[in-house]
Amino acid sequence: MKKYLLKRFVMSIITLWAIVTITFFLMHAIPGNPFAKEGKMPPVVYENLQKKYGLDKPLYQQYLIYLGNLVRGDFGDSMKSRVETVNDMIERGFPVSARLGAQALVFALIFGPALGAMAALYQNKIPDYISMIVAIIGISVPSFVMGTFLIQFVAKNVSFLPIGGWGEFKHTILPSFALGLMPLATMARLMRSSMLEVLNQDYIKTAKSKGLTKLAVIMKHAVRNAILPVVSVLGITISNLLVGSFVIEKIFGIPGLGMFFVKSIGNRDYTLIMGTTVFYALILVLMLLLVDITYMLVDPRIRLTEEGH
Amino acid sequence: MTELTREMFERASEEQRNAEKIRRPSIKYWPDVWRRLKQNKLAMVGLTLIILITIMAIIGPMISGYTYYEQDYSNINVKPNSEFWFGTDELGRDLFTRTWYGARYSLLIGILAAAIDFTIGILYGGIAGVSSRRVDSIMMRIAEVIYSIPYLLVVILMSVVFSSQGSGTSLFVIILAMTITDWVPMAILVRGQVLQLKEAEYSLASESLGADQGWILRKHIIPNTLGPILVNVTLTIPRAIFAEATLGFLGLGLQAPKSSLGTLANDGLAGMAVGLTYQIIFPALLISLIMFSFNVLGDGLRDALDPRLRK
Amino acid sequence: MENILEVKNLQVSFKTFFGEVEAVRNISFTVGKKETVAIVGESGCGKSVTASSIMQLLPMPPAFYKGGQILFKGEDIVKKTEKEMQQIRGSKISMVFQDPMTSLNPTMKIGKQIVEGLIKHQKLSKKEAHKKAIEMLKLVAVPQPEKRVNQYPHEFSGGMRQRVMIALAMVANPELLIADEPTTALDVTVQAQILDLMKDLQDKLNMSIILITHDLGVVADMSDKVIVMYAGQIVEQGNVNDIFKNPMHPYTIKLLASVPRLNMKRDESLHYIEGTPPDLYIPPKGCAFFDRCDHAMKVCKDYMPDPEYHTQEHYSRCWLNHPLAKDVRREGSVE
Repeated sequence: MKKYLLKRFVMSIITLWAIVTITFFLMHAIPGNPFAKEGKMPPVVYENLQKKYGLDKPLYQQYLIYLGNLVRGDFGDSMKSRVETVNDMIERGFPVSARLGAQALVFALIFGPALGAMAALYQNKIPDYISMIVAIIGISVPSFVMGTFLIQFVAKNVSFLPIGGWGEFKHTILPSFALGLMPLATMARLMRSSMLEVLNQDYIKTAKSKGLTKLAVIMKHAVRNAILPVVSVLGITISNLLVGSFVIEKIFGIPGLGMFFVKSIGNRDYTLIMGTTVFYALILVLMLLLVDITYMLVDPRIRLTEEGH
Repeated sequence: MTELTREMFERASEEQRNAEKIRRPSIKYWPDVWRRLKQNKLAMVGLTLIILITIMAIIGPMISGYTYYEQDYSNINVKPNSEFWFGTDELGRDLFTRTWYGARYSLLIGILAAAIDFTIGILYGGIAGVSSRRVDSIMMRIAEVIYSIPYLLVVILMSVVFSSQGSGTSLFVIILAMTITDWVPMAILVRGQVLQLKEAEYSLASESLGADQGWILRKHIIPNTLGPILVNVTLTIPRAIFAEATLGFLGLGLQAPKSSLGTLANDGLAGMAVGLTYQIIFPALLISLIMFSFNVLGDGLRDALDPRLRK
Repeated sequence: MENILEVKNLQVSFKTFFGEVEAVRNISFTVGKKETVAIVGESGCGKSVTASSIMQLLPMPPAFYKGGQILFKGEDIVKKTEKEMQQIRGSKISMVFQDPMTSLNPTMKIGKQIVEGLIKHQKLSKKEAHKKAIEMLKLVAVPQPEKRVNQYPHEFSGGMRQRVMIALAMVANPELLIADEPTTALDVTVQAQILDLMKDLQDKLNMSIILITHDLGVVADMSDKVIVMYAGQIVEQGNVNDIFKNPMHPYTIKLLASVPRLNMKRDESLHYIEGTPPDLYIPPKGCAFFDRCDHAMKVCKDYMPDPEYHTQEHYSRCWLNHPLAKDVRREGSVE
């Protein structure tokens, strides 16, 4: 068990480092090196950047300085905003994005596998067709299309649901739905095929032969095993959720980290881009590690293969 | 109960016995796959849509009578009518032409990305499969790390880096960004198949089997491999199109006036706010239809190739 | 001897895309108390379907009981509801399956799997259940039961897993155990151990066993009665001595001849039965073995022979038994 954890932890660090490095060198690869141009930003900002990042020093030194800053929790200063640092913006935006993401994830996690399991249990009957139609729509309609559709046809007609903004729970309903639909659909489809396979397994027959009720067989034997593949793709799912949130925040005007990120792209505010990217990477890597741990807890074969050898 | 005569107890002849054997015709692999695919109505709908959309993407801009870039200030924001079938945008450009022109790009990007993923995947996976355990292990580790870097994040970053404000991203960069991390699943798939092949060859080495068997096995392994790869390619396309659409939607798409469906959707967003819904509906709908079609086709292929699901 | 199970004219079919498949075509047999009945035949002859149908374990679409009765201690299983069956399964009738590698839930502890049924049937507490699980492991001779009870299936070898399966099936002291090819997936040496275990437990617990197998060696070792099935029908039935010493049906004879023996002559090739069993979508009108039988006669193709009793318990269904066939018999001797 410990070996597995250690391995995953090390991989996480490496991935994180890889993202940071790629981001750094990409930003510095920009033709025209915006970090060096004085004319493009207020001199005060430039001086600050100069001090902090040693812009006149060779590239690899700048890299090390940057890494050092990161480790200390300093994500940098914005190139365009004189008032806030990247850290400030992260502090402002992250809780909002986290709430949106978490809600969408919970929504997907509850209804996705449930839908998929139901589809499998009633294969080729009505619940199956309905579930699969929902799932197909969910994976085909991009979240931004769904988002705009929801605003246009739902929010404008239902007074209770606002067309954008943030503040109360009702503001989170449509965005969470739009964001969570794709993961929900993916998990539903995966759960369905996984469940179908599991239901054909011999141990299901064994369970039945013991005289257990259908519910017990389904929950304790079928679902318990069918959920494994779903857990293993949870990492990718979360990763996609993260990026999906950029778009959703833009459409619904939600003041989260994604909105900052998108704006910074538009402004070409490179330090902000770097800062938010690295932060996102950190969150992502953390989530992936959590997923790995969860998977390990859920599948006893993983736990023990590492041990017994 | 009928009378039993002595004559009935005579021996049955060879032909009488063989007549009992009902021989089912032997089924060839690929025609059978196609037959099963045809049975899948949803997949056929998808296939038809893809063909239709491709045709429209080719001839659409040609039959409209307008170009995708000419601006006509006297016809700004016109709702769909007999002149402008999809209406016009804020610069007076015909949206019918622009939409199908955008479809061209979206499809092109999707297919190119899938082709590149395919190539890199096969090479990398193939090499990993035939290499020593150690090399294979290292290669897989690297692939794992690359894969854990969020695809879209990289896409967005690279687009940001290699474009300048207002002038969009070049096609090359878009495709590069999309394929940089997406080849990994294909590589893993190919590697798995190569490893299977390796194992099969070891068992072939035993003397009881002649070279004949090797050929036959290859006849089984190759179709076995091509199937999942084909499914993977079919499902990579909508993933790529989605990524590109997201880029466009975030303002990182192709340089104006060239546009993909994603960029058009982005442009249309502003229109929607002032009631010009038509500006976003057509590109959004088209994106969804394309993704839907490739997804159901990929699903259908996967089911048709699965020997367990034989009816 | 009283009969614990009476199968009367059982017919089980499957509704498929292509039509109805008659998997079990009118079979009848009994199982007495503490008796071991072996059902032998090739793959696809209907023996597994028969076994599963006794416990209503077949998926009910597409399978369905076309006719007949399965009387377990006088009550007809065919007529029972699912809820009623859940009372019977695991407590009165149990089953052991063929492949121990796939018959256990990989994500559940062994101990829990063994007593799961018992907890439901007897409402035990956690502590009692745990104790019972260890007890069962001891009963089936799994070493270090206290440690093993908390382990997972993949930590056990094939033979060990099959022991666990047996423990699982026996935990509630069933009156009837159905063993579907219990040793087919195991090594020969392990096979012997498992069979001995089953015999031992049968003795201790006064249990009846239905043993499904295609391995005649196993049959000879353990059974009292032997039923030979082909294409969904019983072609020969009798006690084990009758069948092995005096087989009457050509299929049975060929089955016995095809068992490889150590004392075969050097140049003797392995005996096998040519051809394959018929498709049960269109079941043959007459004897199903017609196209593979060396003694096939014209009457065999169109008419199904009735059972002919050779001793009180031993019968076979073959036109060779008919007086009119005696001449044919004399021509080609039935070995």
